[in-house]
Amino acid sequence: MPVMKIKNFSFTYAGVEAPSLKNITLPIEKNQITALIGPSGCGKSTLLRSMNRIHDLYPGNKYDGKINLLDLETGKYNNILAIKKENEFIQLRQQVGMIFQKPTPFPMSIFDNVAYGLKIAGIKNKTELSDRVEASLKGSALWKEVHDRLGKSAMGLSGGQQQRLCIARAVAVKPEVLLFDEPTSALDPISTGAIEELIVELKKDVSIAIVTHNMQQASRISDYTAFMYLGDLIEYDKTENIFLNPKEKRTEDYITGRFG
Amino acid sequence: MRLQINKLFLALSILSALIGLGFLGWILVTLFIKGVSSLHLTLFLNDLVDGGLRNLIVGQLVLALLAALIGIPLGMIAGIYIREYGHGKYANLIRDLSDIMVSAPSIVIGAFVYSFAVAPFGGANGFAGIIALSIMMIPIIINTTDSMLSLVPKELREAGMALGASKYRVILDVVIKAAKVGIMTGVLLAFARIAGETAPLLFTSETSNYFNLDLTESFPSLTVSIYNLANEPEKSSRDLAWAASFILTVMVLLINLAGRYLTRNKK
Repeated sequence: MPVMKIKNFSFTYAGVEAPSLKNITLPIEKNQITALIGPSGCGKSTLLRSMNRIHDLYPGNKYDGKINLLDLETGKYNNILAIKKENEFIQLRQQVGMIFQKPTPFPMSIFDNVAYGLKIAGIKNKTELSDRVEASLKGSALWKEVHDRLGKSAMGLSGGQQQRLCIARAVAVKPEVLLFDEPTSALDPISTGAIEELIVELKKDVSIAIVTHNMQQASRISDYTAFMYLGDLIEYDKTENIFLNPKEKRTEDYITGRFG
Repeated sequence: MRLQINKLFLALSILSALIGLGFLGWILVTLFIKGVSSLHLTLFLNDLVDGGLRNLIVGQLVLALLAALIGIPLGMIAGIYIREYGHGKYANLIRDLSDIMVSAPSIVIGAFVYSFAVAPFGGANGFAGIIALSIMMIPIIINTTDSMLSLVPKELREAGMALGASKYRVILDVVIKAAKVGIMTGVLLAFARIAGETAPLLFTSETSNYFNLDLTESFPSLTVSIYNLANEPEKSSRDLAWAASFILTVMVLLINLAGRYLTRNKK
């Protein structure tokens, strides 16, 4: 069952005539990892950034079509493109979290970083806060490394630790969907391995969409893969089909490294 | 050939640096010699009327602190507006205006404040001096806040929003914290700048020989009194001016050093 159904979705950046995404129809399956791959400029990050409407920080962009998000409580789908009110945006972003390419720790302590989203969500109880911070840090395989310095600044962590902290911070608010925008492209191979393991681990609790430039990464961790090219969705299928028997010539050319 | 041009430019740069530093050193050495020789503990205990500087030091600091109390919040809020909220014409207009205001001659600011805060009330008053100093301070604070906020990566703002925080929460909790050290340094440098100003006070709060904390009266000022004392014929007055200049320089230097220390410690 898809947690998100993208239907005939087009996106145009402010001040540009031509749409950057054209008529995309794509499901994001529940508790699965969906990888978005394609050469630079194909629109995969644009698509990912539409799923929590982070584009709306910058005015003037145009959306067409629908992105339906499953409400886990009622079992109904709501079109997130219809959202206009501030409190609905806040709710959407608590349901759909995001991890960025460069680690983005806030300039505060490790504890406060993870607790930030929880405080925003209105949790004030100290024991509940510290329980959920601990659970998120454990869930992000960071607890052992930081449990004795929770009050220290998060800026002192290594890049890989910072990225896991950002994942813990996103996981803490218990989102339905987590969006990863090339989460390992700024990290060394060992940290990358740790993040990949963590992402696979997370899909028990959350549905995942990940943009990656790294084809091996897509084939290692994802269950479904969407190949995009110049704003079009060329092919979407189970990852093994995309990598072993692609139907489209362009998909095959891309994954075999003939272009891109 | 290229090596020679390189050497020539190196020599020219060193020469210009030495000229600049030479004059600075000359000023500091003169100040030190003349200032220290006229320095006494009694200067800090007596007011100008009894040949001391106590009222002037206190007055100068009170003026600068009260001006900072107005200038810092207004400048910071304006800086946050033009960087975080303002888009297009208005923000750019404010940014340009504030750039021009930074380089506005301080005597013009003094004359401007005189026209509405001194002339209609029939005499110099401390409030007018505070207004003039805060007008000097605001554009400096706007510019530093603006440029320090521009150094905060946009990903940090997006990460805050992506956790469900509203824009103002992200600005208050995350963006300002990330830019805090830079902004505080800028604030301290701006404070040091206005603490040593003469021209904006010359027509506005003037100065006073007596200890005074009443802002409706002319208000004691170290800088304006230095100007007055230096113009007096007696040697004792001029010695006092040297001592006052020395104290003022040390004060400004200390504030500057505090700013630098802060940056180095937090980075």
